[in-house]
Amino acid sequence: MPKRDDLKHILVIGSGPIQIGQACEFDYSGTQACRVLREEGLRVTLVNSNPATIMTDPEFADATYVEPITTEVIEQIIAKEKPDAILATLGGQTALNAAVALHDAGILTKYGVELIGADMDAIQRGEDRQQFKEVVLSVGGEVPRSAVCHTMDEVRDTVKDLGLPVVIRPSFTMGGLGSGMAHTWEDVDRIAGNGLAESPTTEVLIEESVLGWKEYELELMRDRDDNVVVVCSIENVDPMGVHTGDSVTVAPSMTLTDREYQHMRDVGIAILREVGVDTGGCNIQFAIDPATGRMIVIEMNPRVSRSSALASKATGFPIAKIAAKLAIGYTLDEIPNDITKATPAAFEPTLDYVVVKVPRFTFEKFPGADPTLTTTMKSVGEAMSLGRTFQQALQKALRSTETKAAGFWTRPDPVGATLENTLEALRTAHDGTLYTAERALRLGATVAQVHEACKIDPWFLDQVAQLIELRDEIEAAAVADEALLRRAKRAGFSDAQIAALRPELAGEDGVRRLRHRLGLRPVFKTVDTCAAEFEAHTPYHYSTYEEETEVAPSNRPKVMILGSGPNRIGQGIEFDYSCVHAVQALREVGYETIMVNCNPETVSTDYDTADRLYFEPLTFEDVTEVFTAEDESGRAAGGPGVIGVVVQLGGQTPLGLAERLQDAGLPIVGTSPKAIDNAEDRGVFGRLLDDLGLVAPDGGTATSYEEAREVAARIGYPVLVRPSYVLGGRGMEIVYDEDTLAGYISRATEASPEHPVLIDRFLDDAIEIDVDCLCDGEDFYLGGIMEHIEEAGVHSGDSSCALPPITLGAAVIEQIRAYTAKLAFGIGVRGLMNVQYALKDEQLYVLEANPRASRTVPFVSKATAVPLAKAAARIALGAKIGELRAEGMLLPEGDGSDAGPEVPISVKEVLLPFKRFRTVEGSGIDAVLGPEMKSTGEVMGIDSSFGLAFAKATLAVYGKLPTSGNVFVSVADRDKRAIVFPVRRLVDLGFTVYATEGTGLVLKRHGIDFTPVARHSSGEAVDAVSLIASGEVDLVITTPSASPGPRTDGWEIRSAAVVADVSCVTTIQGAAAATQAIESASRGEIRVASLQELHRRLRGAERAAA
Amino acid sequence: MSSRAPAILVLEDGRVFRGEAFGSVGETFGEAVFNTGMTGYQETLTDPSYYGQVVAQTAPQIGNTGWNDEDDESRRIWVAGYVVRDASRITSNWRAKRGLEDELASQGVVGICEVDTRALTRHLREAGAMRVGISSRSTDAEALLAKVRATPQMAGANHVGAVTTAEPYTYEAKETRYTVAALDLGIKRNTPRRLAERGITTTVYPAEATAEQVLSQGPDAVFLSNGPGDPATADHQVALTRELLRRGVPVFGICFGNQILGRALGLETYKLKFGHRGINQPVLDRHTDKIEITSHNHGFALRAPSAAAQAGEPFDTEFGRVQVSHVCLNDDVVEGLTCLDAPAYSVQYHPEAAGGPHDADYLFDRLVELIETTKGAKADA
Repeated sequence: MPKRDDLKHILVIGSGPIQIGQACEFDYSGTQACRVLREEGLRVTLVNSNPATIMTDPEFADATYVEPITTEVIEQIIAKEKPDAILATLGGQTALNAAVALHDAGILTKYGVELIGADMDAIQRGEDRQQFKEVVLSVGGEVPRSAVCHTMDEVRDTVKDLGLPVVIRPSFTMGGLGSGMAHTWEDVDRIAGNGLAESPTTEVLIEESVLGWKEYELELMRDRDDNVVVVCSIENVDPMGVHTGDSVTVAPSMTLTDREYQHMRDVGIAILREVGVDTGGCNIQFAIDPATGRMIVIEMNPRVSRSSALASKATGFPIAKIAAKLAIGYTLDEIPNDITKATPAAFEPTLDYVVVKVPRFTFEKFPGADPTLTTTMKSVGEAMSLGRTFQQALQKALRSTETKAAGFWTRPDPVGATLENTLEALRTAHDGTLYTAERALRLGATVAQVHEACKIDPWFLDQVAQLIELRDEIEAAAVADEALLRRAKRAGFSDAQIAALRPELAGEDGVRRLRHRLGLRPVFKTVDTCAAEFEAHTPYHYSTYEEETEVAPSNRPKVMILGSGPNRIGQGIEFDYSCVHAVQALREVGYETIMVNCNPETVSTDYDTADRLYFEPLTFEDVTEVFTAEDESGRAAGGPGVIGVVVQLGGQTPLGLAERLQDAGLPIVGTSPKAIDNAEDRGVFGRLLDDLGLVAPDGGTATSYEEAREVAARIGYPVLVRPSYVLGGRGMEIVYDEDTLAGYISRATEASPEHPVLIDRFLDDAIEIDVDCLCDGEDFYLGGIMEHIEEAGVHSGDSSCALPPITLGAAVIEQIRAYTAKLAFGIGVRGLMNVQYALKDEQLYVLEANPRASRTVPFVSKATAVPLAKAAARIALGAKIGELRAEGMLLPEGDGSDAGPEVPISVKEVLLPFKRFRTVEGSGIDAVLGPEMKSTGEVMGIDSSFGLAFAKATLAVYGKLPTSGNVFVSVADRDKRAIVFPVRRLVDLGFTVYATEGTGLVLKRHGIDFTPVARHSSGEAVDAVSLIASGEVDLVITTPSASPGPRTDGWEIRSAAVVADVSCVTTIQGAAAATQAIESASRGEIRVASLQELHRRLRGAERAAA
Repeated sequence: MSSRAPAILVLEDGRVFRGEAFGSVGETFGEAVFNTGMTGYQETLTDPSYYGQVVAQTAPQIGNTGWNDEDDESRRIWVAGYVVRDASRITSNWRAKRGLEDELASQGVVGICEVDTRALTRHLREAGAMRVGISSRSTDAEALLAKVRATPQMAGANHVGAVTTAEPYTYEAKETRYTVAALDLGIKRNTPRRLAERGITTTVYPAEATAEQVLSQGPDAVFLSNGPGDPATADHQVALTRELLRRGVPVFGICFGNQILGRALGLETYKLKFGHRGINQPVLDRHTDKIEITSHNHGFALRAPSAAAQAGEPFDTEFGRVQVSHVCLNDDVVEGLTCLDAPAYSVQYHPEAAGGPHDADYLFDRLVELIETTKGAKADA
């Protein structure tokens, strides 16, 4: 059945800012969808508030709205663009929820817009738990056994029938209040007793527990002719009870016989049909009782999911791309398989390799957060690896995660680890359960004991046990000979791991030299969807140690681009964006681009992005082996081989490798690793600033507490302390006194001569400014100047900012441009550089200069219509700024420093993940901002004035902006003066003010009435925390006092706001900005404009001026 | 400690793969083929159609779920040899009774593991299925190559006699509505099971049974099973089928049975370069235009008599019009025939699956329909 001809124009809804549980996988799926729809000749309108996505690049849609994903905004877009249909199944839960809201508001009917992919009924059948349960039962599937009970006798009978443990859920309580898992009869009495009491209907649901069962997922696709294929099966190594996003997972499933797998497939297909997802992908989760094989259906996502992205990368079957084609009417047999070309997409991929995904956590960013893994997802990213065996894939995945431990045995065991306490630790799922399981086995536990403790399937544990046996052999062998090393490499051991086991081999370098001397090099196999049954035409490779390599010879000049590895806070999609841009720019001018990355969520690891894709860990060993394979095969084919390796665009991960790669002879292009290092080196950089006549805040370097104390004493408190060489402000703190400094040095860092601590004077109340620029050695181009809304001291990655700057005068801007140019030439930048300044008392201080792509590159590129990362990639390969101006990549004249009055204001706002976390006791965690980055994602708001742009940005993050109601205000003494004006405006706009005593008194004296609220600690009846918790407050403005710390009032107020999901402003500048936004929004002035219109205006204005 | 002995695999074109002993230690020969299923090794190994073949499994982790007492598709393992990448040393499945390697060893099946099975598969894909030898006794590749070249070719091989039942037996449905006589050319256990689900009691006959024997109990239909070897050698079964067609007995053939029905209708068979062996093959059913994901195991196929016939146009045979009713979407191989003027149809693949998806299970329903219509027609006559 061919494409539908009644669809000419599709609105695609994106997923908004990156957040835990919804990361760049939806940029990957959305980008694929937009590309496909446009290739099919359809008009594509896109809405997504996230500027760091590839999908929001103007060339991926006809009209791109970087606007909030809210009902009102989407209605405006629909009214303006008049699409025929909406595709909402590729933008995660955000897009699906937006579609449901549009339906509920009657907007789809009003404008006659069809939902394609999954219709409203299907979405509801898939998402509504009760309806879904009925669907499962109707097709003969099973759900957890359960019974509704009204008395304790009924409860006890039910529990006897189901067996302990059970899950107890009181009916009709708010937010699952009173639910719990009962492991003992005492638990049953307590939880069910309370539950019956708390339930307004005296009713509890007793449900069979599937905790510890085996967990599986199927990724399925269906077309309009009702053809269904299973794209991939995924088995969770972590059992039920750990969210699949937080689990180590493996594809294909490892411990199912065909009979069990086919049963799962049958049930999955029947559910998909019954739910009625017309076309596209869906994901269904199953649990299997390891003792009996009883299979339970857990849930489904009637849309493309994170697991779909993983499955696409794991199999080479591009689910989102196919889903988009199915949505517009094609059937599976009409869509060719990209990889084989000769066969259709109507088939089920078969793998001749094993894929392992490992989640990446950042608990260190959220002190106090409970690091136990539960059914609430907490990981911020993931790494995937492919190997020919599970052992190999697992070890590659572990070293891909960019954690301190780079695989087993690369870090010493925790002090005091015993068999007993290690087994005990395994009883609670945690980040690194497999490391703990390995340790338990190594300390003498049996596979059965470890299985009993953590419920990981014995098969996986035995695989780990085999690695330990090989480890022991390596340690015990008289000589590490070829046969033994070969076995180690086949089992996935890295050179670094082997080096850790054989100290006499002189470290990782020694192992590598020995390995090369023995001719032990990896081969590269191809991901081809069909286990080699058909020829593959897509060079998507992974390394392994076997006989035959499949790297195709090519004589074109090759450039390798190193990606950014797993997402984590401080290193997210922005860097993938820059890497993808580099690929695009270099491909366009004829280079053969080679992408190396291990993050399955990204656009960079789409085999359509670069000419060649290597899904490999970003370690020195793995990267150099890819280089060698490509370089040698290129030269053998008569070409120049790899002429450049780009490391400056992927953030910290590739940068950390730059120097070693260069020393190993790889042609690093762009700014030299030495220059990057110099900019990070306090001493060298300080001397450079002196030479250039630029000023930095007083500061110094320390390698011990004594040195740190001296530096701090010299420059005066407060001081900003941080380890050198970090992204995302890891371990950065503002320290107000000597005691805290001592604590910091001993706790947060591993200070040493190689890793000094930087100490700077902290500039109170300064305006922070971010600049992105390009330099080719002869010429300089300023990309954009961003003025931070929060004061200096809040990490730039967590700060909202405006471009062009909203309060800076022409002289300051000229000064910024001049300073930045001096720095770029002084450092020797060949590509991008980001500089951070603080402006205080009319003095411009250089805070830091980073000669590499920054997190703000996509934002600046979208705000100014200039693709900075593309330009940087070209410059790295020798192009000149003049040339790029002539080509039209850069503005023909002028640059980002001379924005005229016609240029709209772009605001970047961030999404903070506080509400995902709870303390061990179950309360919210602190929501205060500081020098350590905590945000997971960002949005962009564009409009003619700051207030409107900020309002859009706020809407994009929170989905709401209170325009009336109650505001709670409690600010630190230093902010009391500045808060008066914003609160006055809020009162004028109709807000009722609640305030703590001190703040209220100041307001009262300025003629603002308020209702006094007690601080929580005073113990009176109506206090701030319970007021916020009751949901009566619409906006919280609270700034931290000078010495922030846990368990202060501010902390409790902020965490209450987090738990109640109330907008919470924690800086005085933020309060002023929020007030402006509320004012603009309440005037109802928010209008939408597409990026294409904006860019035409920006580029048109420049051309007119030229 | 790796305690396995070294082993070698030598293809008749001289390519050598090195690995380690797996299963029984010894020497074995056969036709090298690869199977791309990620599940179902127990079913594959016990599928009589693999008789005389050395099967390489493209999925790298084999043996994880061990060996159970329920999933055997026949009375024994039939493969001539087994080639895997990574053999599991433990089993993890609630139904497992023993390990795969124990089972291979106890049945005397010689295998090899730690082989670059992807390189082997790519080689077979390019060079075609060919003779192979495995030895875990000696690593002398030259000597083994000479032996490989001395073994018989698959083309022209009649293997049915080796796998068929010696005596007829009956698989009873719980409540018998129909009876079917099945000609055992290498039948799998799941076939009578799927038939019994529909109230069909199956009596299984040896491959050399005559039309009189097969029809002695007055079955409602005759089933031609799957089986090993070159269909060009199955003259007896072809003659038998022609007799059934002449008598108007409903016939349903699968795999080898499809080739026999095709030959009975006058079509030719040919050897595919490397065959279809896997459980992910897309087949288009021209009756419904639906796609089914199916289980395949065939090295030979039927050739459509003309391009028009290949495209689905009915063509004339001695027994009336016939249509190519099923084709493989990967490579357009004929995957099924339907007689438009006689009560007979067949498919080249495995509706009984085991292992593989159950998408083609409806073909057994078609047999019930065919029996009903034939009965109805007879009653009318």
